[in-house]
Amino acid sequence: MSENQMEISVDELRGLVSERALEGETMILNMGPQHPSTHGVLRLILELDGETVVNCVPDIGFLHTGIEKNMEALTFEKALVMTDRMDYLNNLGNNLCYCLAVEKLVDLDVPPRAQVARVLLTELTRIASHLLWLGTHALDLAAMSVFLYTFREREILLDIFEMCSGQRMMTSYFRPGGLWRDLPQGFEQAVTQFLELFPERIREYESLLTENPIYIERTKGIGVISSEEALEIGLTGPNLRATGIPFDMRKARPYSGYEQFEFEVPTETHGDVYDRYLVRMEEMRQSLRIVRQALDKLPDGPTRSNNRKFVPPPRSELGHSMEAVIHHFKLWTEGFSAPEGTVYVPVESPRGVLGCFLVGDGGPKPRRVHFRTPSFANLQALPMLSRGHLVADIVAIISSLDPIIGDVDR
Amino acid sequence: MSEAEATLSALKQELEQRVLDSIEFRDQLTAVLPPEAVVEACQFLKQRGYDLLIGLTASDHWPELPRFEMLYQLFSTEKNSLIGLSVRLEGEEPKVPSIESVYRNANWHEREVFDMFGIDFPGHSDLRRILMPMDWEGHPLRRDYPLGYEEVQFTFNYDEIEKRKKYAKD
Repeated sequence: MSENQMEISVDELRGLVSERALEGETMILNMGPQHPSTHGVLRLILELDGETVVNCVPDIGFLHTGIEKNMEALTFEKALVMTDRMDYLNNLGNNLCYCLAVEKLVDLDVPPRAQVARVLLTELTRIASHLLWLGTHALDLAAMSVFLYTFREREILLDIFEMCSGQRMMTSYFRPGGLWRDLPQGFEQAVTQFLELFPERIREYESLLTENPIYIERTKGIGVISSEEALEIGLTGPNLRATGIPFDMRKARPYSGYEQFEFEVPTETHGDVYDRYLVRMEEMRQSLRIVRQALDKLPDGPTRSNNRKFVPPPRSELGHSMEAVIHHFKLWTEGFSAPEGTVYVPVESPRGVLGCFLVGDGGPKPRRVHFRTPSFANLQALPMLSRGHLVADIVAIISSLDPIIGDVDR
Repeated sequence: MSEAEATLSALKQELEQRVLDSIEFRDQLTAVLPPEAVVEACQFLKQRGYDLLIGLTASDHWPELPRFEMLYQLFSTEKNSLIGLSVRLEGEEPKVPSIESVYRNANWHEREVFDMFGIDFPGHSDLRRILMPMDWEGHPLRRDYPLGYEEVQFTFNYDEIEKRKKYAKD
């Protein structure tokens, strides 16, 4: 054994596993971090009695990249690029959360066109994220074909993101004060095409799973959690709504103009894997409704605030306005300063409440940025959900929680 | 008066002198508490319907003193109200009682704060590192922890930086 390899004895797990494990009566099984069904590098230490899980101890941190530390060393605007890399399936949603926090901290306005475009694009991101979830979730339960179908539609969405920002995943398209640039030509057409196509496709996925006896067998009554327990352990998003609590940040504390859109918050009652699936399927339909309304009411006008203390002037002004040159220089060398104070902005990501703590210290860099990420909070419920189930069901439970390890570890 | 404001004044009555201050910043209410009053305040707020601990983190004010600040955000799903708690921690070995007994999901959040800032939580059931490797030295999110590169030593801080350099010293 080399020097930097640590030997781990079962004694170190004392308190985390039952006494029976210490006597060798139950088995300790290591699962991950390179296990395909863990959706990344999640390691679980399972205590098994035969094939039944007695205890489950998640071990995280394999994908820790110090995003929060790095953001402290960047100006407010430059730190934005780090947010995409956190939850890489909800990149625009992360951008939105961070931008809202910066805008709240410095009290910056956002023009109406940018607000509606933000809603539109975050909802498309939500659909893209749910699609990837659906594909991998079904794949974990050995339904291979769903994966191929969902990735086909996800591709269309990624093309739309690429059209806007030049990037398929690491978009950084929302900036404090609005959007990076206006929506491109052909954007509305592309979204309209997707809107026409997608309802039929949701029915396709449902016909593959919703009444599939094998799927139902593997998901109904698995990983059950009550609504009280779910709140206590901090579950949010579809996982909480599957237990019957219609809590959604978009409804509870609307941001970026969500109050102007009509949509419902789907709930189910059993709180098992199957209900989480049903909630997410319905959420895709509701997101589609929001996208349709947003596209209809997308107003004309500027896409970025006109406040030159925070937003760089357009390129065209640099040629003839000294003022613009000064602002441009100041913003790209020093950045804008934020007042001393702490803000907390919670938004609804596809996985639950994504909250951003932003602490300003009077200078151009944040003193502290912290993301309360939904995957981190939801994963904490895994031991509770998996007790008493079979090893094969753990796979279904993990995927039903929809953890993104980049989001867990940051 | 909003729900959060009403709660804040009720909290002031409940804890009397121990609510040191209240901050209103960008429509956001925060009660400033001493460390020993945190658990009691959380119990009171939970009874009042703040059922979801929706954020828990710390921030480092180095080189200002007191150095660390704990930040809590509590949410009431029923009344749709958000309230913050802020706790300034004195000393080189900061400590604040764990609120795990009130909000179970504080477990991982407090482990993260312990891992990243080295703040101790007496009463926590399983205080281990969570993100960094178990044998890691130091607490990365402290402001005096370098961001990977080598720190530049000047005459005024030469010794201080020398102490935490990792190379072999005679």
